[in-house]
Amino acid sequence: MRSHAKRLPSRPVILLLQVAVLVGFFLLWHVLTVTTNLLSPFFFGTPLAVLERTIKDFASGVIWYHLGITLLETALAFVIGTVSGIAFGFWFARAPLVSVVFDPYIKAVNALPRVVLAPIFALWLGLGIWSKVALGVTLVFFIVFFNVYQGVKEVSPVVLANARMLGANSRHLFRHVYLPSALSWVFSSLHTAVGFAMVGAVVGEYLGSSAGLGYRIHQAEGVFDTVGVFSGMLVLTIFVVAIDSAVTMAEKRLLHWRPQEAQTTH
Amino acid sequence: MAEAAATAPALCLEGVTCIFPSPDGRGRTYTAVQNASFTVADGEFVSIVGPTGSGKSTLLNVAAGLLRPSEGRALSFGQPVTGINPLAGYMFQAEALMPWKSALENVAVGLEFRGVSKREALDRAGPWLTRVGLDGFGDRFPHQLSGGMRKRVALAQTLIVDPKIVLMDEPFSALDIQTRQMMENELLDLWAADRKSVVFITHDLEEAIAMSDRVLVLSAGPGSRLIGEYKITLDRPRDVAEIRMTPQFLALHKEIWGQLRDEVLKGYAQTKLR
Repeated sequence: MRSHAKRLPSRPVILLLQVAVLVGFFLLWHVLTVTTNLLSPFFFGTPLAVLERTIKDFASGVIWYHLGITLLETALAFVIGTVSGIAFGFWFARAPLVSVVFDPYIKAVNALPRVVLAPIFALWLGLGIWSKVALGVTLVFFIVFFNVYQGVKEVSPVVLANARMLGANSRHLFRHVYLPSALSWVFSSLHTAVGFAMVGAVVGEYLGSSAGLGYRIHQAEGVFDTVGVFSGMLVLTIFVVAIDSAVTMAEKRLLHWRPQEAQTTH
Repeated sequence: MAEAAATAPALCLEGVTCIFPSPDGRGRTYTAVQNASFTVADGEFVSIVGPTGSGKSTLLNVAAGLLRPSEGRALSFGQPVTGINPLAGYMFQAEALMPWKSALENVAVGLEFRGVSKREALDRAGPWLTRVGLDGFGDRFPHQLSGGMRKRVALAQTLIVDPKIVLMDEPFSALDIQTRQMMENELLDLWAADRKSVVFITHDLEEAIAMSDRVLVLSAGPGSRLIGEYKITLDRPRDVAEIRMTPQFLALHKEIWGQLRDEVLKGYAQTKLR
């Protein structure tokens, strides 16, 4: 491994290059579909039509309702999955018998592709938001569960002994030692957890619903509206990027005690 | 009980033997400490020296109540130690600060555990940080402090809850020699202020002699026993760097080293065998 990485250009230059890639991609798309007609606009859409449709949807306001539904499902799946993951993670980590007995079943359920549960949830919970929330929860739960389990198990025995010597009872140990340790693991998997919550929501909507971004993409697909599908994907992408940067901000605030790599300034 | 506490020694180990299941399993056992008995008087500074693997930390864990001896018992101020010894403070060899708490919060946490409100605990932790020379570093997290600073925080964290006996397990062994001597002097100053009992574990004989009233020597493991006891009659207050040059110190060092050397060699042979 080389010790000195090649020097990178400054931030504005990198940003410029990144924008250039985006513009280049749209240009290529435009050339292939409109100018040369190598690809049929019917199957591939055109970038201008997709942008126009997206702006129109936002301007007319129809998209907000669907965005709101997807966001609500994502948030509910994330919160319910995280809280139950933390609770069960703690329980399993502190009760060795439970964890040993349930271990093969947990692994089996986690190995199951969760998408196959979507029809069952739709049957049980109907086509409203709760079947999507349930799907998201099954995805989020296991990520959080395994991280909390690990976090509780990996608490430094010295830190634990020190806290006990300082007079901590079991409630104190939970609040001051186990919980912060476990939460640091949960937060480090926050991106994955939020991402999976959204996957659950969108896939659930796609498979059967009456609202949401997944529903809109499915509707457009059903009538061969390629532009509508791409427009839906574009909105979804913007939505994902926005949520992910919100998570990054939350992470920075919550994990400020963590050492950063090669920290020289604050 | 108050009367008993006034006369009873701060710590009394009676025939303590600790047997552990061997790490390689198969029902074999490993005897770390064999029939160790000693007392530490109220206000006394006692060091225990021994080669690596001689069960020094094991003895300390018994005194702290973190470990139940296989045989024998520990008494602290006349009370049998069952469970965590509430009169003891423990300064660990390894990093024991909570990485998610700032220096100030780490110092305050012991008071919080004892039911002091968070605000009052933080107020009282401030002066302790100043006392260990960390004024203005209260909002730093452990990873933002140097090794010596973390030890100072740990020292304040241990002393703020006013333990009657302080157990120290090679607390300064990870520090460079200058920082270490500074910390040793600061510890002696703090100790002189209110004369708590101290049990100080170290593998460094010079450190043991420079700091203590009495030095106990442990034999090489397995099955370590206490094999020597030396009163250190050097005058106080001491400067740990300067006292090393005095003829009295050198005479004591020579006497104790004569016994310790054999054990160190035995311990070394043991580790080579393993």
